[in-house]
Amino acid sequence: MERKKVNIDVKQYGMLIALIVIYLIFYILSGGLNATVMNINNLVMQNSYVVILAVGMLLCVLTGNIDLGVGSTVAMTGAICAIMVLDYGIPVPIAFLVVLVVGLIVGMFEGFFIAALGIPPFIVTLATMLMGRGLTYVALKAQTKGPLPPEYTKVGAGYMPTINIGSNGKPLDLICIIIAVVATILVILTEIRSHRTKLKYGFDTVPVWQTTIKTLVIIGLIWFFMLKLAMYRGIPVVLVLMAVLIGIYQFITSQTVAGRQIYALGGNAKAARLSGINTKKVFFWVYTNMGLLCAVAGIVLSARNASATPKAGDGFEMDAIASCYIGGASTYGGIGTIMGAVVGALIMGVLNNGMSLLGWSTDIQKVVKGIVLLGAVTFDMLSKNKDK
Amino acid sequence: MSDIILEMRHITKEFSGVKALDDVSLTVKRGEIHALCGENGAGKSTLMNILSGVYPYGTYSGEIVYNGEVCRFHNIKDSESKGIVIIHQELALSPYLSIAENVFIGNEVTKVRGVIDWTKTHHRAKEMLKRVGLENENLNAPINSLGVGKQQLVEIAKALAKKVDLLILDEPTAALNDEESKHLLNIICQLKEQGITCIMISHKLNEISSIADSITILRDGKAIETLEKEKDEFSEDRIIKGMVGRELKNRYPDRVSHIGDVLFEVENWNVYHPDDRNRQVIKNVSFNVRAGEVVGFSGLMGAGRTELAMSLFGKAYGSRVHGTIKIRGKEVHLKDISDAIRHKIAYVSEDRKNYGLILIDSVKRNMTIASLSELFSKNGVINKNEELLAAEKYRKAINIKTNSIEQVVGSLSGGNQQKVVLSKWMMMDPDILILDEPTRGIDVGAKYEIYNIINDLAKAGKAIIFISSEMPELIGMCDRIYVLNRGEVVGELQHNELSQEKIMKCIVTHSGKGNE
Repeated sequence: MERKKVNIDVKQYGMLIALIVIYLIFYILSGGLNATVMNINNLVMQNSYVVILAVGMLLCVLTGNIDLGVGSTVAMTGAICAIMVLDYGIPVPIAFLVVLVVGLIVGMFEGFFIAALGIPPFIVTLATMLMGRGLTYVALKAQTKGPLPPEYTKVGAGYMPTINIGSNGKPLDLICIIIAVVATILVILTEIRSHRTKLKYGFDTVPVWQTTIKTLVIIGLIWFFMLKLAMYRGIPVVLVLMAVLIGIYQFITSQTVAGRQIYALGGNAKAARLSGINTKKVFFWVYTNMGLLCAVAGIVLSARNASATPKAGDGFEMDAIASCYIGGASTYGGIGTIMGAVVGALIMGVLNNGMSLLGWSTDIQKVVKGIVLLGAVTFDMLSKNKDK
Repeated sequence: MSDIILEMRHITKEFSGVKALDDVSLTVKRGEIHALCGENGAGKSTLMNILSGVYPYGTYSGEIVYNGEVCRFHNIKDSESKGIVIIHQELALSPYLSIAENVFIGNEVTKVRGVIDWTKTHHRAKEMLKRVGLENENLNAPINSLGVGKQQLVEIAKALAKKVDLLILDEPTAALNDEESKHLLNIICQLKEQGITCIMISHKLNEISSIADSITILRDGKAIETLEKEKDEFSEDRIIKGMVGRELKNRYPDRVSHIGDVLFEVENWNVYHPDDRNRQVIKNVSFNVRAGEVVGFSGLMGAGRTELAMSLFGKAYGSRVHGTIKIRGKEVHLKDISDAIRHKIAYVSEDRKNYGLILIDSVKRNMTIASLSELFSKNGVINKNEELLAAEKYRKAINIKTNSIEQVVGSLSGGNQQKVVLSKWMMMDPDILILDEPTRGIDVGAKYEIYNIINDLAKAGKAIIFISSEMPELIGMCDRIYVLNRGEVVGELQHNELSQEKIMKCIVTHSGKGNE
């Protein structure tokens, strides 16, 4: 069978490379401050909710829309959860469960108006944003509610069990290292398997040296990250949560019929409908899902702060939306990936973190974030136009 | 002034290394109607885009001599200032603006700079519209209240307002029915008498041979020949020969019909307009299609063919849809589109760009979207390798010209896009295929291939419903034809009695009755 060698598509990894470059720039500017074990740990903790929200937001963006109600829903679910635990003494696990259902209901509420009644998502979610924020203030009586018990805060600020093999007071967590080893093996096996499948079906393959470089970079990143975590307090609980969510949604968008239907709807809703896709149903579930993930983020955020405040989650929707676009999603829908959105969220996170370390004011930080968003999307559009 | 208005000399244009035009020269005489023919991708539109400045000077080689003067157009405004106006296939009208506003869109009549002179606008709009036979329209009505045919005329009025000398029309009649086309062609002939030169791109060869004074044929980016009226033979067959480089003996492939039992039967089908629940669009339509049979639906624009087809396809159109559908004698109730697909009905839309394809997606993904859950997945997870193999199989089987099945569908030519739509439905192995204008806007060669696919499907025992505005095509392809007019079946013609006259007679007789 005739087989071609094709080069790896570097553009596909453009934003990942940008992330590494941005990180390195701040590494130099801050004299290595952003690579301390403590800071790596902070990066994970600070950005977990934006990553979780970006994952859900990507599905909305894929349909060609956005969800503006995200920040308010995060605040509202966090508030409800804190009130249940502190004022009514409801056990934490049950409170979590109830709040997830609340998030689901908020999502269904949005989904109902969007899918069944055909109200534009922009309007529906703008309304949710206003209502959610208002209700949060009412529920919390405009006060911060805290402190939350340790079994609650563990979700946002806690760590997985560790096996310390460090010496001389320098901790080193065996679990992290085991995970790094397993991940390394998995990455290598996946590459080999995908290469074999391509050979088996007679598809084009990428030259071995290119695959090797790609694999080495990925493995390098895994080890850097895991070693830093191992030298601190081990794996944060939110990291596990994040990894699981990213895995699930990456799978849904790339490997399932449901995922493909979202892309089809975003690409051309009329054609998707005439191909037998129930577009209303897709809309409904995309927004319902967003509500659920808001509740997850609400729990994580209140847990990390050990309290619920009425102002929580302010502007999160914008961070999540920006993450998707920086990650290469199209504003018209139909184009975008989970990994892209995650990388986009991390770029925003690394920027925030780096600028804080340098002592830049939040005002300047906003300006820089704006520039990066505009720059990333402009670059993306221009490079696409060049291809035509 | 000489009698040559335009000369394009040795034009070569490349798109990322691929020659779209290769040393093409074109000479147009003053006051003539000059037709450009060629299959899709032959370079007709590219040539016209160069002439009108869409592709600016410097992006191509060769020169343009207009009225004896070498021209270098950097944008459309440059060419318009010289009196060259192009009307693209996709109309450039703003749907909610009034007719008068649209006539002067981008070319507003002003008092002071930037302030519109409404009195003059209306006065001059009236003048322009009169020249295209639209003097009776309400100038303040929004343009989307007019039909496509009239909108096309407004486009011409718009060109007239720009003091056009050389009018370029890209497939002006592609979306029009016979009557509207005839009217438009008349207007073009009248403009010719007023001294306006016209270059027309068209796939409708009968129109070209009837109104053109000369015909230049392009094939694969090269100018093959220029035929002149009275000097050369002007028949459709002659033009086709130039376009495809060989004689297409038969424009419709032969097929021996093996007709089986009635497969699909519709009785007393009624449909009302989706927005106006009191307006009946389809009235008591009954018909049947047998296995292995190709059944045509003929009728004028607005006869309700598409509405009928879509309402049958799981109520994809209309409100208060009722009537009986029987498949192999058994009554079925189709709630929605996925229900229709489950019952093995497929519908190929007349508007492939808006309703058939996801243009930003790959060939592969477009092909498998309708059969993903049934064929290429288990528990909702897609088997990507099987998907790839199936897409590759269909690409080869029906000869879709594309670099790979990962190519974006929007970048393919019309004929290849249509093949992608067809393979989407062939994959789910339907029993009943509704083809709505399957050859609209595609070139002769690709049409022939589509006909072959249709014949193969019929041979495999499918029931095929073939909707088309081109009567010769229906007559050439169908075993039987139903004639539709104003939402009613007004005639059923058997194979041996198929003719354009008979079809028209059914329509005219029925329309006459309605007016009494």
